[in-house]
Amino acid sequence: MLVTTTQELTIDIGGMPILVRTDNTEFAHMIEDRYGEFVTAATPHAAIVLEIELVKEPGQRVRGTGHGTRGSGLGVGDSDSGPRTPDPGLRTLEDDEYDQELSVRREAGRWVMERGDFRAEWEPQCHRGWVRQTANPYALDGVLRILHSLILAREGGFLVHAASAVRDGRAFVFAGVSGAGKTTIARLAPPDVTLLTDEISYVRNSLQVTGYRGQESEVGSQESGARSQELGNRSGENRKSQIGNCKSQIDNRQSTIENLPSPESRIPNPVSRVPCPDPLSPVTCNLSPAFSAFGTPFAGELARIGQRLRAPLAALFLLKQGPENRIEPLSEAEAGRELLRHVLFFAHDEELVGIIFQTVCDFVRRVPVRRLVFTKDARVWELIA
Amino acid sequence: MSPLYIARSREIAARELAGEMMIMSVRDSTLFNLNELGTIIWQAADGATSLEEIVAQKICVDFEVEPAEAFKDAEAFVRELAEHGIMLLSDQPIQAIAD
Repeated sequence: MLVTTTQELTIDIGGMPILVRTDNTEFAHMIEDRYGEFVTAATPHAAIVLEIELVKEPGQRVRGTGHGTRGSGLGVGDSDSGPRTPDPGLRTLEDDEYDQELSVRREAGRWVMERGDFRAEWEPQCHRGWVRQTANPYALDGVLRILHSLILAREGGFLVHAASAVRDGRAFVFAGVSGAGKTTIARLAPPDVTLLTDEISYVRNSLQVTGYRGQESEVGSQESGARSQELGNRSGENRKSQIGNCKSQIDNRQSTIENLPSPESRIPNPVSRVPCPDPLSPVTCNLSPAFSAFGTPFAGELARIGQRLRAPLAALFLLKQGPENRIEPLSEAEAGRELLRHVLFFAHDEELVGIIFQTVCDFVRRVPVRRLVFTKDARVWELIA
Repeated sequence: MSPLYIARSREIAARELAGEMMIMSVRDSTLFNLNELGTIIWQAADGATSLEEIVAQKICVDFEVEPAEAFKDAEAFVRELAEHGIMLLSDQPIQAIAD
């Protein structure tokens, strides 16, 4: 059933709220179901206002959220074998089956994104975007991943093909290709571990986490279902949403969320921890939380969206399944090379590729990166945290 | 034999991490790792110093290697980098280099 009233929902991932407008009530419900607690109270500080137009075309092929299926095909050379070893670096669209038809390009100040099931444009200068897509949430998933990867590049962050989780207030990221064990490590997590995602992790430079347009972001509420019913606040309009009938609940939740301390004030400050002499035990080291990890709604085989939570990043592990559980050291260059293989970036844009390269180099200098060899045994978490 | 001048391309991003030089071509995201000798040549590739001078001043001084053999290896190395578009070669000094 098509309804002409405009629905507005804010999808807040990584402290970068994106306000989505659609004229289709059913699609709005679909977004609420798909993104759960990532659909938040309306904000006047949206990074992007996205107008969605549903069409029957351009869907030559409508895909699922999908997973990169390209195994370990991106071989990395041995740096000692010669003066230089070329290596396909950032994961680009060709690396992921589900994005094979994707085109992301810059045209006269605006970004154009096209895939079989959507065509989208984004004008960074005016914070507005337009999406023509088929009526499925996966197309919006694709658009959001691209938009966030582009925004993050300039914010000192990146999306990475990785699971991530929080324990004792600190985030751990587990990067690997499909089949490396991202979902497995998530399944093995003890009950006190909070899952941020088992598929695509969201990493930002902590110094940059002030929200878009300089607005302090408040991510971290684990309240579920805080969904936006507010319409038109951003543009001064005063329309009512047709979505759901829980306006009073939303108002209550908003006040609850505002009263919650930020996640980082609820957790022990890692900086105050006792320095650790063992370089292979990064989780207890005296860490400067240079980077933060955020929960994402991008789920893998676990088919469960992550928690909308932010925590300082304590360590990143490169996953490798093996006969036993152990942690291996990596040089900064090894860590950088391998991490670059897992970073998701969709645009062939020289400037942004250069920025992401430098961000990853900063990351491996400031965050412990180790190889985690593990077997399907929950005791691996004793090594992690 | 005319001198061979070398300069780093502008179409790269480079970073030295714990003594290892990592270079990424921003055109196609290809990564290169340079070993110690490669890093010395890369850092000296200012477009104004010839490869022969670089080998003589930066390599032969610190490493026990025959100048002719070192130059031959260095030339093969820079030509390989040039094939990947991350190093510029010329028989004249090169003005436009990446800083």
